Amino acid sequence: MIIDVNVYLSRWPFRRLPHDDPKSLVRKLRQRGIDQAWAGSFDGLLHKDLSAVNSRLVADCEEHGKGLLVPVGSVNPMLPDWQEDLRRCHEVHGMQTIRIHPNYHGYTLDSDHCNQLFQAAQDRGLNVQLVLAMEDTRVQHPLMQVPVVDTAPLEAVVKKYPRLPLIIMNNYVAVKSGQASDLAKAGNVYFEISHFETVGALENWVQAVPLQRLLFGSYFPFFDLEASLLKFQESKLGGLATSAIQAGNAERLL
Amino acid sequence: MKPFDRRAFLSIGAGGVASGIVRPTISGVSANAAQPDRDRTPFRIPENDSIWDLHCHLSGVTGKTAEQRAEQLLEYADRMHVERLIFFMGYPFSQTPEPAEFRRQNDQVLTVLERWPDRLLGFAYVNASYPEESLAEVERCIQDGPMLGVKLWVGGRCDNEDIDPLIRRCGELNALVFQHTFFKVTGNLPGESTPDDIAQLATRHPDVPLICGHTGGDWTLGIRSIRQFPNVSVGIGGSDPAAGFVEMAVRELGPERVLYGSDIGGRSFASQLAKVYGAQISDEHRNLVLGENLRRMLKPIMDRKGMQQ
Repeated sequence: MIIDVNVYLSRWPFRRLPHDDPKSLVRKLRQRGIDQAWAGSFDGLLHKDLSAVNSRLVADCEEHGKGLLVPVGSVNPMLPDWQEDLRRCHEVHGMQTIRIHPNYHGYTLDSDHCNQLFQAAQDRGLNVQLVLAMEDTRVQHPLMQVPVVDTAPLEAVVKKYPRLPLIIMNNYVAVKSGQASDLAKAGNVYFEISHFETVGALENWVQAVPLQRLLFGSYFPFFDLEASLLKFQESKLGGLATSAIQAGNAERLL
Repeated sequence: MKPFDRRAFLSIGAGGVASGIVRPTISGVSANAAQPDRDRTPFRIPENDSIWDLHCHLSGVTGKTAEQRAEQLLEYADRMHVERLIFFMGYPFSQTPEPAEFRRQNDQVLTVLERWPDRLLGFAYVNASYPEESLAEVERCIQDGPMLGVKLWVGGRCDNEDIDPLIRRCGELNALVFQHTFFKVTGNLPGESTPDDIAQLATRHPDVPLICGHTGGDWTLGIRSIRQFPNVSVGIGGSDPAAGFVEMAVRELGPERVLYGSDIGGRSFASQLAKVYGAQISDEHRNLVLGENLRRMLKPIMDRKGMQQ
């Protein structure tokens, strides 16, 4: 069983991606043995009508990936009345998880906006997926250079919300293993594996943070789905550790 | 040099290069005891694919010596069924090495080539800012040694004509020229070449096989830059496993000009092989990218040296 916590629907704004239509995406996920995929929307980055984005996402998941795709709503606390978007995600769409992109939406992790969002999510018992980057900053479009989220304030922030499950997404170099260890001790923080690099990255991360805090994520279809799957062939991880990362840890978040 | 022994490789692959070394236990779970569960991961590299890795470094892994580092990397290569690995540059990384430093780093690589002659190949690290000393290093490592090409990093841009004698000599020796290239919207390093620079180099040396390292980082630009130069191939290693990369390279350059490489240990075999295995290309083209192209390009110099593929 594999639960992929990091999938996107809709279109990446700067080029077409293979498998960026829902039918093809679902077919590929099934072909590679993914049993459940938590899906956000690329539209959540730049669109301001996030209610429409989230409604379309739910409809696409239902139509094309029933039983496989789990919709993850986008929330932007810089938008007026963002609280209503959050309410709809939770109460109307029945979502258990929301996804945030602070660098695209223009707020820092220690801002009042972020604190209010984390508090509201914790009050509702939601999981929050914090996406640190979408694309290597060196190769971004020259008119759309978006920095990686600054994670320096994160440890202090997570200490304020001990019941909030916070999933760090697309972490390549923003959070190094030492900081990850501190974050795991400070709060209910998880890390998905799509951007873990260096040979044998999985065993290195298991030594840095508790095994229970690692989740399978692929960042498909922006990344090739096989990249995260092959990390298990490359690593020395044992079967129980593999099962925990691939599904067990995510199951406990549902 | 002995021919590559596939049966021996597979037996090494089963036990690991460092067979006899007890593998560490992670989180209290024995790796060996868990092997059946690991095999349940739904996608794995097929054992019969013949993978050669163009782009490997001794950095990014622990180890006090070059041999210890290479041994670790070979364990990972075994798991991923990578048959042969081309190493260049030693450690620590030096972007602008003076001649004594690039000679020292080449000696590190020579050490591991001697230890694993049937698995490891090497390119000589040279610096375009020292053309005469670099040329001498080509003689030492390639003409008189076992290496098969050169690696140029960010010491000087390859559009500088001072480097021409070195490139000509590589052509005479059938040695491959691997030039690191990047298009960085955040700004290139001083002396860091772009694919446009290697296109200029290709104009001056149309008969020397050149490799555009990283495909320029921004491969959507890099592929376009070198598209019209048939003697330039692209190395796909050392960037995120962004979907669509290999499809565009095969479509625009033809499958014969696309070379798999990883850029380990800073990158992983997993992420870099995924670019090829995740691509929507034919099995025939996949085999070209994974190794057939590189073997074809290396055959003249390997034949000259009496090395069997």
